[in-house]
Amino acid sequence: MKIGVTAKGESLDSMLDEQFGRAEKFIIYETETGESEAVDNAQNLQAMQGAGIQSAQKIIELGARVLITGHCGPKAYATLKAGGVKIFTGDRTTVKKAIDDYLKGGLKEIVAPDVESHW
Amino acid sequence: MKVVIASGKGGTGKTLIATSLALSLKKAFLMDCDVEEPNAHLLISPHWQLTKEVLLPFPQVETALCNFCQKCQRVCRFGAIAVLPDQVLTFPELCHSCGACSLLCPRKAIREEKQAIGEIRFGIKSGIILIEGRLQVGKPMAAPIIRELKREAAKTNQIVIFDAPPGTSCSVIHCLHGADYALLVTEPTPFGLNDLILAVGVARKLDLPVGLIINKAGIGDTEVYRYAQEQNLPVLLEIPEDRKIAEAYSRGKSLTEAFPEYKERFQMVLEQMYLQAEESVRKTAGNSKR
Repeated sequence: MKIGVTAKGESLDSMLDEQFGRAEKFIIYETETGESEAVDNAQNLQAMQGAGIQSAQKIIELGARVLITGHCGPKAYATLKAGGVKIFTGDRTTVKKAIDDYLKGGLKEIVAPDVESHW
Repeated sequence: MKVVIASGKGGTGKTLIATSLALSLKKAFLMDCDVEEPNAHLLISPHWQLTKEVLLPFPQVETALCNFCQKCQRVCRFGAIAVLPDQVLTFPELCHSCGACSLLCPRKAIREEKQAIGEIRFGIKSGIILIEGRLQVGKPMAAPIIRELKREAAKTNQIVIFDAPPGTSCSVIHCLHGADYALLVTEPTPFGLNDLILAVGVARKLDLPVGLIINKAGIGDTEVYRYAQEQNLPVLLEIPEDRKIAEAYSRGKSLTEAFPEYKERFQMVLEQMYLQAEESVRKTAGNSKR
């Protein structure tokens, strides 16, 4: 299964990016093989609006079934849910630690957007 | 003639000036374009006659017809439509109702459904017709309501006064575009001047003749006068900082109603605006001949 994590850099040691829509990178981690790849999100970082929706589409296209991020607003939440992606939130930590925590069942799944819509 | 009363800074007295100018005339249309918080009616106390809903089309996707080609998503400049592998999501709060998605859909899977975003209502007070725009709470886009008000304004040859919202954003640009005159209300403070400079920039970009009314004269400093002189902007009227004006205002009385001597002053303001607007039209005509 693929896990998407919002990240401030390209490696597993990068810090988790707490923003979802305007996250700097997405790291896609494959639990079967332990391999990971970093995907740039510069386009959405600079989007006028709709960054959350487009980032959500990207996560879905990349095939992740689980997303680990800091916060998720209503439009991104609706899109991720429609794409069948489960959303977990982590705090200030590295991508690697966030994935480990998730695999150990230590992260909380969010069942509603946890921040307000913004422009 | 179509006059827009704008300011940049909020709270300089746009609505007081707009209503007072209207009430100084025998006949006029007054458009309350501050659709997020329309309040001109408080100073006019009109008899309300009729209300019209403002409807906008939003896309509705028939998933059974969709082939998920993503054409709609690619054409949408506002990210209001998201095509997922097996469904399509729409976000009306981002949609600008341009219609491109439904026009381009090869499977005719998108139809447009009209939804109300606000209303305009018509009121009468002697010769003054007040048309007020009111955006529903929570709706993000004011411009379509202002467009509706402009459509109503286009139906008359009488003087139309637009009471614009504060700032220099889309809503204000919508008000100013196509008008004959920008009457900018400011106060002689650094804040007032800062935002006045922005508003003058917008009005000039739209090639409008500009005049100033300085409200609350006597407070702050004299920088705004220096700016007006330097930029060759006529000061058409000064209204002093005066507790009596504020008291009348707080009881819902415009300047004209509380202090009848203002009637003539506002008629002179209108006269000067006419002259400036005519001169501006002549200049533009001259330029285009060359």
